Amino acid sequence: MDINPKLLNEMSTYGIVDYSKVVPGEVINWNALFTLKGLILIVVGGFFVGFGTRYGEGCTSGHAISGLSNLQWPSLVATVSFMAGGFAVANFLLPVILKL
Amino acid sequence: METVIAQPSDYDVDSFEDEIIKQQPRNLVYRNLKFFLAGILFGALLIKAEVLSWFRIQEMFRFQSFHMYGIIGSAIVTGMISIFLIKRLNIKTINHEKISIRPKKFHKGYVYGGLIFGFGWAITGACPGPLFAQIGGGATVVIVTLLSAIAGTWVYGYLRDRLPH
Repeated sequence: MDINPKLLNEMSTYGIVDYSKVVPGEVINWNALFTLKGLILIVVGGFFVGFGTRYGEGCTSGHAISGLSNLQWPSLVATVSFMAGGFAVANFLLPVILKL
Repeated sequence: METVIAQPSDYDVDSFEDEIIKQQPRNLVYRNLKFFLAGILFGALLIKAEVLSWFRIQEMFRFQSFHMYGIIGSAIVTGMISIFLIKRLNIKTINHEKISIRPKKFHKGYVYGGLIFGFGWAITGACPGPLFAQIGGGATVVIVTLLSAIAGTWVYGYLRDRLPH
């Protein structure tokens, strides 16, 4: 898999070097579940996905793909919202979590 | 060009299917086969397109790769063409039901819920579909993430009346 070198560089500062799997095995694994970092990445993250998609009535496929292809403006608002939320967490909060 | 407006089907699909099930229990498998096949196709596609990769999601939120934008963008174009054809040719579902897409009614949850889902997407590297596929992709601990997501939907249901909409 061809990952942007900038991302690989950033990830190596958190001790993440294996990017061959679907999730970074160094921080997301069964043993990590009992650490604060793992708990946030695995349990809290999942809770946000479930709660948020239910509250926002849709996810990537429901809003970004189906909703936008049917020109539904509420779906555009939802898409912009979850992209904004993801942008903020990935760039500002996730680095803090991964350094725990 | 003349548009042909199809008559609504003269039987209720659900009761029709229930009737079949009463007669032959093994038809339950047949009835769900279409979902099963579509699910397999969707899962294989998520893996092949690398959509379930946590790293691809991180690239997307850092604007470091076109990959995810290309996939979502081409999916939207495909969706638009499909909806256009469904409406134009009056295509029915496999059970002969009319396909009607209800317009979405906006409420504040689209913003708050959207933001919260975005937080989760960036942390887990998965939206709801890929959560299942990540488990199949070898990350068995994601079972916990999935259970937590289901718990999240329950908590929403519990708090629903107290949340702004």
